[in-house]
Amino acid sequence: MPAVTRPGRIPTALRERAIAWITRRQPTGARQVTLDRRCIYILPTRYGYTFAGVLVVMLLGAINYSNSLAFLLTFLLAALGSNAMWHTHRNLLGLRITRLPAEPVFAGETAHLAYSVANPGRVPRRGLTLEAPGHPGRAFAVPEHGDTRVALEIPTRRRGVLHPGRLRLHTRYPLGLFRAWSWLHLEGDVLVYPRPLPVEETAGGGGEDRHEARASRQPGGEFTGLRGFVPGDSPRRVDWKALARTGSLYVKEFHEPRGGRLWLDWDDLPAGDPETRLSMLCHRVLQAHGADLEFGLRLPGIEVAPARGPAHRRQCLEHLARFAPTGREGA
Amino acid sequence: MSAPFPEDRLPPHALPALAAALFIALAPHGWHQPPWVLSLAALALGWRLLVQTGRAPAPGRWLLGGLTLAATGLVLARYGTLAGRDPGVALLVLMTGLKFLETRRFRDAMLVVFLGYFVVITNFFYSQEIPLALYMVLAVFATTAALVRLNAGDGGQPWGESLRLAGLLLAQALPLMVILFFLFPRIPGPLWSMPEEDQAATTGLSDHMRPGSVSRLLQSEAPAFRVTFAGEMPGAAQRYWRGPVFWAYDGRTWRAGAVPPALPANPPQADTLEHTVSLEPHGQRWLLAMDVPVSAPRDARLTDDGYLVSRERVRQVTRYSVRSHPGAALEPLLSGARRRAALDLPGDAAPRARTLARAWRQVHGDDDAAVVQAALGHFRQAPFIYTLSPPPLPRDAVDQFLFETRAGFCEHYAGAFTVLMRAAGIPARVVTGYQGGTFNQTGDYLLVRQSDAHAWTEVWLRGRGWTRVDPTGAVAPERIESGVGAAFSGDATVPAFLRRGGDWFGDLRLQLGLWRDSLNYYWNGWVLAFGPERQRELLARLGLDGADWRALVGLMTVATGLVLTLFAGLFLWRNRLPVKDPLGRLQARFDRRLARLGLPRPPHEPLPDFARRVGRERPDLAGPVTGFAEEYTRLRYGPRPDPARFARLRGHLRGVPGRGRVLYRRILHAQWR
Repeated sequence: MPAVTRPGRIPTALRERAIAWITRRQPTGARQVTLDRRCIYILPTRYGYTFAGVLVVMLLGAINYSNSLAFLLTFLLAALGSNAMWHTHRNLLGLRITRLPAEPVFAGETAHLAYSVANPGRVPRRGLTLEAPGHPGRAFAVPEHGDTRVALEIPTRRRGVLHPGRLRLHTRYPLGLFRAWSWLHLEGDVLVYPRPLPVEETAGGGGEDRHEARASRQPGGEFTGLRGFVPGDSPRRVDWKALARTGSLYVKEFHEPRGGRLWLDWDDLPAGDPETRLSMLCHRVLQAHGADLEFGLRLPGIEVAPARGPAHRRQCLEHLARFAPTGREGA
Repeated sequence: MSAPFPEDRLPPHALPALAAALFIALAPHGWHQPPWVLSLAALALGWRLLVQTGRAPAPGRWLLGGLTLAATGLVLARYGTLAGRDPGVALLVLMTGLKFLETRRFRDAMLVVFLGYFVVITNFFYSQEIPLALYMVLAVFATTAALVRLNAGDGGQPWGESLRLAGLLLAQALPLMVILFFLFPRIPGPLWSMPEEDQAATTGLSDHMRPGSVSRLLQSEAPAFRVTFAGEMPGAAQRYWRGPVFWAYDGRTWRAGAVPPALPANPPQADTLEHTVSLEPHGQRWLLAMDVPVSAPRDARLTDDGYLVSRERVRQVTRYSVRSHPGAALEPLLSGARRRAALDLPGDAAPRARTLARAWRQVHGDDDAAVVQAALGHFRQAPFIYTLSPPPLPRDAVDQFLFETRAGFCEHYAGAFTVLMRAAGIPARVVTGYQGGTFNQTGDYLLVRQSDAHAWTEVWLRGRGWTRVDPTGAVAPERIESGVGAAFSGDATVPAFLRRGGDWFGDLRLQLGLWRDSLNYYWNGWVLAFGPERQRELLARLGLDGADWRALVGLMTVATGLVLTLFAGLFLWRNRLPVKDPLGRLQARFDRRLARLGLPRPPHEPLPDFARRVGRERPDLAGPVTGFAEEYTRLRYGPRPDPARFARLRGHLRGVPGRGRVLYRRILHAQWR
C-alpha cells in the first residue's frame, strides 16, 4: 500500500507516535510473548455497529408498541453484546506465542514463518488469525491446555534479511461483534538468499567466464587417478565401476585448478549490477556444493576460506544474502 | 472476484445450526400467516442446506432476484399492501429464508443471524404469553449458538461447546437485562401512528349490544382483568365493573349514540374505593373500573357517562389505579337534550311493551321509583328464565322476549327493561361491563373473566341521578351473588368451566387454574404492564418519589456501571495469568515476615542454615521455620511438585506470625505492662 496519507486516515505523524507507543508497551525482540491485559486492544467490528443499529430499531419498535417482551429482548441482546467484549478479549488473554526457527529461502520462494501458540487456559481458543502486515492471515484454533503450530507464508522478492515486522494476532470469537488484537514483535528474521542465476544467461561468454563455467561443469578438474577409500570421502567420488570390478572401494582423484581450490570471486564475474553478481555467485555456490567441491568465496571486503559441506554452504549463502555493496561496485 | 480473506470465509459447520435456529424462530409465525409463507421460507432453508452438501445447485443471481420479486408479489397479492404488521412479517419471513439461501460468505451469515433476532422480536407483537416467551428463550439461545459456531473459525466446534458458551453468554447477560428493563426511562408510546389492525382476534365487550353479543363472551374462560383493592374488598353484589354506556336504540341494537354533553356537576369525593386494575388487551379504548369511577388514571379520561376511556386503544396489558364511589349520584341534573336522548324509542318498536309500561304509569302516577319496582316485580313474577341459549327472536326483539319466549341472557333483560322504562317516561340507558369475579388467594386479587360479562340498566331518578337497576338480579339472583357458574350449574349447554360440580377433579382443575392465573397476574404486573406508570411506582417504592427521567438515567447508569464493573472484575480475576514463580513469592513473604520479627535473612544464607540459626535464636519459631525450609527445599529441588506439599508450605508460612499478629501482641504486651 502506498505510504501516501489518504483522507480520513490517521495522519502519518500520529500513526508513528501510536506505533511507537504500542511498541513501548509490547515486549519486543523476544522469542516468546505472553499476551497480558495491557497488550490486547479491542474495538467493535462493523458487525458490532450493525448489531447496535438493529438494537436501536428494536428499541424504537418496543417503545412504539409498548411491548414489554420486545424491551426485554432488546436489553438482553444489548447485554449479550457488551459481555461479548470480555469474551473476545479473553480469547487472546494468556496466549503464549513462540517463534519457531525458520529455514532460509531463495528470493522468489515463499518463506515459512512458523510459530507455536500455546493456550495455558482451560477454555479452547477459537477463531484466531495470525497475519503479517500486507499478507493474508492464517486462521487457527488452540485447544485448552494445548498448543498449535501456525506457519505464515510470505512470498519473497529480494535477497536480504526479511523482517516480518509486527505480526497481528486477532480474533472476533465468540460473537463477531468485537475484534480483539495484539501486536507481536517477535525476533527471528528470515534470511533470503539471492535468486540463483546461471552465468550463461546474462553474459555472452568471456574467456575467464568460460573457464569458470567449464570448471563448474566438470567439477574437480582433470582426473589424476584412484586411491583407496578413507572414511569421510564423499560417495560421489567413489568409483563404482572399480567397485564392481575389484570388490573394494576406490576414490577418484582430480587435479583441482588454482592450487587445488575453486574460488568464486566477485571480480571474476562479467560486469553487472551487484544484485546480478550476487545471484550468479549464489548459483555457483550451489553448483559447487552440489558437486561437493572445496570452494572459497571472495566478495569486496569479505573472504571465506575454501571448505566444503553444508555449514560452509550456509556461511557463503549468508554472506551473499547479507552483503551490502559499498557503491564503488555499482556497474 | 478474489478469494475471500479468511475472516470473510463462511465456516461450513455453522450453516445447519443457523438453519435450525431460524426455523425455531420462524415457526410460531405459522399461526398468523398463510401456510405458504412459512413453507416457502422452510424450502429456502432446506435448499441452502442441500447446496452445502452438494446435492443441489446453488441458485444464480437472476434466480434469486426473481424469487425475491415473486415473494414480494405474493405478499402484495395476499394483503394488498406491504405496510402493517401481517404483511411486514410475511415479507420478513420470506426474506429471511431467501437471504439464508443466498448466504455465501461470513457477512451474509452475520446478517442472517441479525435477521433471526429480528424475527424473534416480531413474534412478541402477536403474543406475550408465558409459553411463547419461554419458547422464544429457546429461539434466542439457538440463534446465539449459531452465531458462536459461525465465529468459531474453519476448524469447527463441538456442539456441546457452542451450546454451553451460548448459554453462558446469555446467562451472564441477565443481570444487565433486568437493570435496563426496570430502569431504562420509559416513555409512553406510540412514537408514530400505527395502522389499525383487525380486532377480530381479541375478545371483550363490543361497542354495541344486541341479543347474543354478551352471551358469546360466556364461552371464554380468558381473563378480562384482575383487580387488587387498597382496602377491603366489596361484597359480591357490589362488584359491578363499568364499561361502555349505550343510549341509542334502533329496535334491535344498542349503541353509544351521539349524546350532548352533561351539565357540569361536582364530582363526589367521600367514601371512595381505591383499586388497581390490570386490564388484558381488548383492542378498544375503554377501561373497566368498579361502578362508578370518580377519578381517571393518567392518559385516560372520565366520560360524562361515568366510564373511563383511554387515550390509545388497549393493545397491551394495561395497569391503572382508580378511585370509585359505589353509591355516587351520577348527573344530579339532567339537561333537556340528554333527557330526550334517554327517552328516545324508535316509533314502531315494542308496541306491547309500551302498553304495559303505560299501565304501570297509570297505577303509580308520578312515582318513578314505584314504576321501576313494578317492572322488577314483573320480571320476578312472570315465568322468566335466565339461559345461555335463548330461542331466536326474529320479530320485534323486546315484545317477543317479554311476552313469548321469556328466556334470555342479561343483554335481553337489560335491553327490554330499558325499553320498558323509556316507554314509561323514565330516562334510561344500558350499561355494559362485568359483574362478579373470582378471588385468587394465592395472588390476593380478584380475577374477572370474559365469562363475567354483564349488562344492566341505569334509570335517572329525580334527586338521585342515574341509578343502577339490574333486572337480571330479579330473575336470577344467584347470578349476582355467586356468579354465572352458580346460575347455570345444571345446564349442559354452558361451557364446562362454568359448571361448578362438586367432584374433586373439578376442584383440582379450579385450583390449578387459579395458580396458573396468579402466575399470569405477576407476569402481567411485572413484565407486560411495566410501563412509565409502573416505573414511577417502583421508584416511589425505592424512595425516589417524583423522580424525573434525569434521576432515572442517573440511577440506570450507576447500576449498569456497577454490574459491568463487577462482571469485568470477576472476569479478569477468573482469567488472571498464572503466577510466574509461586514458590519465590512465598519465600519472599516468608523473608518479609521474619525480617519484621527482627530476623532478616541475608540473600547469601541458604534457607536450611537460616532455619538452624533461627532455631537457636528464637526456639518458639523453630517449628514453622524449619518446616518451611524443608518443604521449600523439597519443592524447589525435588522431583515433580506435589500440590499437597504446597499446601503444607503455606501452612508453615501461616505459623510465622504476620503483621497483624505482631501488632496484636504488641498491644497486648503494652496493656499487661
